[in-house]
Amino acid sequence: MTLLWWIILLPAAAGIASYFIRWNGLRRFLWVAVAGSHLAMSIAAALPAGGTPLDHWIGMDSLSAIFLVLTSLLFFGATIYGVGYVAREPVTLRRDFEDGSLFKNEPESVFTGGSLLLLATMSLAILSRHLALQWVAIEATTLASAPLIYYHQNRRSLEAAWKYLILCSVGIALALLGIFFIRMTMQNGPHDLTLAALLEQAGTLNHKWLSTAFIFMLVGYGTKMGLAPLHTWLPDAHSEAPSPVSALLSGALLNCAFLGILRVQQICAAAGMASFGGDLLILFGLLSMGLAGVFILRQADYKRMLAYSSVEHMGILALGVGLGGLGLFGSFLHAVNHSIVKAMLFFTAGNILARFNTKSTMKIQGVCHALPISGALWIAGFLAVTGSPPFGTFVSEFTILRAILDQGRWITAGLYVLFLLLAFVGMSGIVLRMALGRSEVERTREPLTAIASPVVFAVLALVLGVYLPGPLVDKLHDAAQLLTGVAK
Amino acid sequence: MTIISVLLILSCLLLLGSSRLHVAIRVVAAQGLLLGGLPIIRSAGDIHYGIWILGLSTILSKGILLPWLMTVCVRLSGIRREIEPFIGFGASLLCGTALLGLAVWITARLQLPGEAPLILTTSSFFAMFVGLFLMVTRRQAISQSLAYLVMENGVYGIGVSMSLDFPFLVELGILLDVFVGVFLMGNLLFHIDREFEHLDTNKLTELSDLSEPATLRAEEHP
Repeated sequence: MTLLWWIILLPAAAGIASYFIRWNGLRRFLWVAVAGSHLAMSIAAALPAGGTPLDHWIGMDSLSAIFLVLTSLLFFGATIYGVGYVAREPVTLRRDFEDGSLFKNEPESVFTGGSLLLLATMSLAILSRHLALQWVAIEATTLASAPLIYYHQNRRSLEAAWKYLILCSVGIALALLGIFFIRMTMQNGPHDLTLAALLEQAGTLNHKWLSTAFIFMLVGYGTKMGLAPLHTWLPDAHSEAPSPVSALLSGALLNCAFLGILRVQQICAAAGMASFGGDLLILFGLLSMGLAGVFILRQADYKRMLAYSSVEHMGILALGVGLGGLGLFGSFLHAVNHSIVKAMLFFTAGNILARFNTKSTMKIQGVCHALPISGALWIAGFLAVTGSPPFGTFVSEFTILRAILDQGRWITAGLYVLFLLLAFVGMSGIVLRMALGRSEVERTREPLTAIASPVVFAVLALVLGVYLPGPLVDKLHDAAQLLTGVAK
Repeated sequence: MTIISVLLILSCLLLLGSSRLHVAIRVVAAQGLLLGGLPIIRSAGDIHYGIWILGLSTILSKGILLPWLMTVCVRLSGIRREIEPFIGFGASLLCGTALLGLAVWITARLQLPGEAPLILTTSSFFAMFVGLFLMVTRRQAISQSLAYLVMENGVYGIGVSMSLDFPFLVELGILLDVFVGVFLMGNLLFHIDREFEHLDTNKLTELSDLSEPATLRAEEHP
């Protein structure tokens, strides 16, 4: 129990301290040290099978164990990448390469402090077992990450940060209303919004209030998760943020909002309403996949392409959870795979952006020639994110397809495959054109910090495609069990 | 209670019809004061120290600090009035009455438990709708942050009217989130004013996939 508090409080304290540390070396050291110890603590807390007692405000079940380790792993990767990133970023005023206006980065301490606070709030969002506390944490993640999106302090990042802050705050205010309604479902007994109390009383919850609450929370957290048609802020924020931040936003933060939806679905399932929430999730999932596929097809900016790909994958996650049964297992496995692959892709995109100084897909050629390692990672990442074998995403996407077919939902299956193909076709054209050919930029040696994290993540994505470690499978099955409505 | 509810409704109507930002800020500040007093009045009998702290911090943050921040924003940017919004002020008022009808209808359908003061629920729902409406139709970035506050006030009012007793720390957390959120918005407002030399969010359109991403295609390679 104390370990869980440490997991939340250590990055929070380090984040606040970072704002006041003047000396860059010390601050960077603190950043790496906290990220590393957070990862170690998360694994130590997640591994034991029994977990912690679940009737407190914070606690850890299999679902939060998966998401916590995943978040922590991604943050560690982003930290290694980020230390090199901030060190290479010039501190002086410079010209924007797109519109030519002058801009200057935020101080490095704001970047480090914001990142660590983001880690703290994400950990709280994952570990909290009180719905309102989780709301506070998820809203706090928005506030911690908005200054990170505005790191470059130019016009486009300003617009992105503004949209992000406004749309997510409004969305999440609706989720708060949903939580009020959940409180109204408990007609008798203590009005206690801990998950334990809600699951215990699940049989007596008022279904009408619960369905209203589910809709509000789906819309609220769905905005933050990037489900279409509420995703409009996402491509802006994820493309304008510095690359290590984009990786965290896409790979870790979207999962936290997803977890918010999962918790309500868990309550619905326990109350015998799994199919009500499920159908809505399938609808939003397919809509997100389709819309993202269309926008990937005609995309002129490769970071936006990755952002739309995140919308697509959030759709897949929602779809898998909506199906229930095997789909739950597939969905959680896919969350793991997607986070690792997407972080790796954003790191690589950051390398390309730093070398070519443009985000336009039309102006880049010969990445493999100019940046051999990043070029190879870019192609590997494309194959992985579109679910090609032998990567882990293939396994999870196939599992979800099997879940759809098992239930005999032929139309859903058709649309699912169609949208996946659409994304594949759209991305293949863009990525291959960028990767191949000869570039005007000459070949350079890539810094170690810029390639270490993406290479490790690429290997992980590959390994998960051929071998699933036993403890992970156990956790995934356990987590899927939580949402099948069997009272625990 | 009834007086506060009626004042809440009137203040929202005033927001819909007024174009002056100073007026809008004062109205939102007044709402913050009203809502801060609400839980104190609501629990008239047994006053708990937590309720006092919450009420007073609501008054301090929503009624004094945030409006003051907005006033500074207005003064620095030199903008006094809302630009003609997408839906005019008269038409906005008309929409407002429709929203009020919607709020009444929803409250009636909700089947709230007997002790909930219906008029407060209605007026809070109304405030939430007005907040959303202003968010969509107003163009000034300042108006949008004010709209967010109005909406948040509405949600807060609904919570009070349903007599939701969240744990004290959670309540404080919610208030802190709202405060920091609007504070960050205010911070970004300074930058928007400096970068774009206006606060018209309608012109924040460099990032879009629906219009041609001109900056990407037209710009020369540096």
